[in-house]
Amino acid sequence: MASEGGKIDPMHQFLIEPIAPLNLAGYDISFTNSSLFMLIVLGTIWLFMLGGMKRDLVPGRWQAAVEGVTGFINDMVSTSVGPEGKKYVPLVFSLFMFILVANFMGMMPFGIVPGVHAFTVTSHLTVTAVLAILSFGTVLVVGLWKHKLHFFSLFVPHGTPWWLMWLIPFIELFSFMIRPFSLALRLFVAMTAGHVLMKVLAGFVINGLNADAAWVAPVVSLPSFILMIGITMLELLVCAIQAYVFALLTSLYINDAVNLH
Amino acid sequence: MPQISQILETYASQFFWLLIVFGLLYFGIGRAMLPRIEATVDARDSKIAGDLAAAEKARAEAGDLEGAWQADLTQTRAAAQAEAQKAKAKAQKDADARLSKADAEIAAKTADAEAAIAKARAKALGGIDAVAADAAQDIVAKVSGIKVTPAQAAQAVKTVLANG
Repeated sequence: MASEGGKIDPMHQFLIEPIAPLNLAGYDISFTNSSLFMLIVLGTIWLFMLGGMKRDLVPGRWQAAVEGVTGFINDMVSTSVGPEGKKYVPLVFSLFMFILVANFMGMMPFGIVPGVHAFTVTSHLTVTAVLAILSFGTVLVVGLWKHKLHFFSLFVPHGTPWWLMWLIPFIELFSFMIRPFSLALRLFVAMTAGHVLMKVLAGFVINGLNADAAWVAPVVSLPSFILMIGITMLELLVCAIQAYVFALLTSLYINDAVNLH
Repeated sequence: MPQISQILETYASQFFWLLIVFGLLYFGIGRAMLPRIEATVDARDSKIAGDLAAAEKARAEAGDLEGAWQADLTQTRAAAQAEAQKAKAKAQKDADARLSKADAEIAAKTADAEAAIAKARAKALGGIDAVAADAAQDIVAKVSGIKVTPAQAAQAVKTVLANG
């Protein structure tokens, strides 16, 4: 958090800072704090999954937790797509786990160690756009591969009256093409807005405590602090909901591609 | 907003590292670890289903055995009951035959005795008439002094006895 002249910049937490500068064919691919948190997310997921690899017939607590998460994604995909959805469980699972753990990593109180700042990977448009394109690209590739040109019947819903044929396909096409944008923006905006709000409230608490006038601390800092506890709870909920929404929408879109309408 | 103001400087790094991380996540965890965890769950589910089916089969077998045993028991019990019934009926018949024979003997004896009694009674009653006639003759003689012939006395006694 940059505090120049007592001002706290709530946007500073989103700043990408290079840790090890790297260059590949003219592109700057420096290892940044964002890359570091991606690796932390990957390592956390790997450790979590490793605990479920004991493969006991009677699962322990950790194995039961891992099997609970995989079963949750499995159920979600099979209810959305049906028996053919089994192939797409790894993709939906990877998306869900990456977003969920990245969201939670951004909420971790790493800031209590001086000089360390938590970084929310999913609050970056570049990241959410790649994830959305992966989701949308899978739908396109699967749909065109499976149904060839028949895939475009997706834009003509069953039972469209002939006199609306000039309108409905365009609306359907528009709603189809907007999907990657809504996927990417929803996650990016939700994470950014939540973290900005938390940082602003934290700024109120700290600036109130540092204020010269003694009345400012109880009037500003205390209510902000109480509000912040609630907002933090809400943010944790939003972290899980956003991951769930992304995974659920991806499986629904895959259903469109696999089964058409 | 650094997400937008930094986009041109950082997009290559973000894409590069995200694709590496997501590739490792998808191929290393999603396609390698996840199927094994799901295989464990499936193996457990099929084991549970198999065990349940085996238990159900064993239960059905036990039910069949119990049914057969019950049928056997019922049959044996019915046979024993029939045997007992037969023995009882035979015993009853024997007893009835002996009882009726004894009854007949007793009835014959009773009839003989009754006949003897009737004879004795008739004899006795005949005696009573004569005694009564004698007594009546005597009483008349004593009370009134009239001599009554034995035939008259017997006639009077007969009349009185017939009325009384």
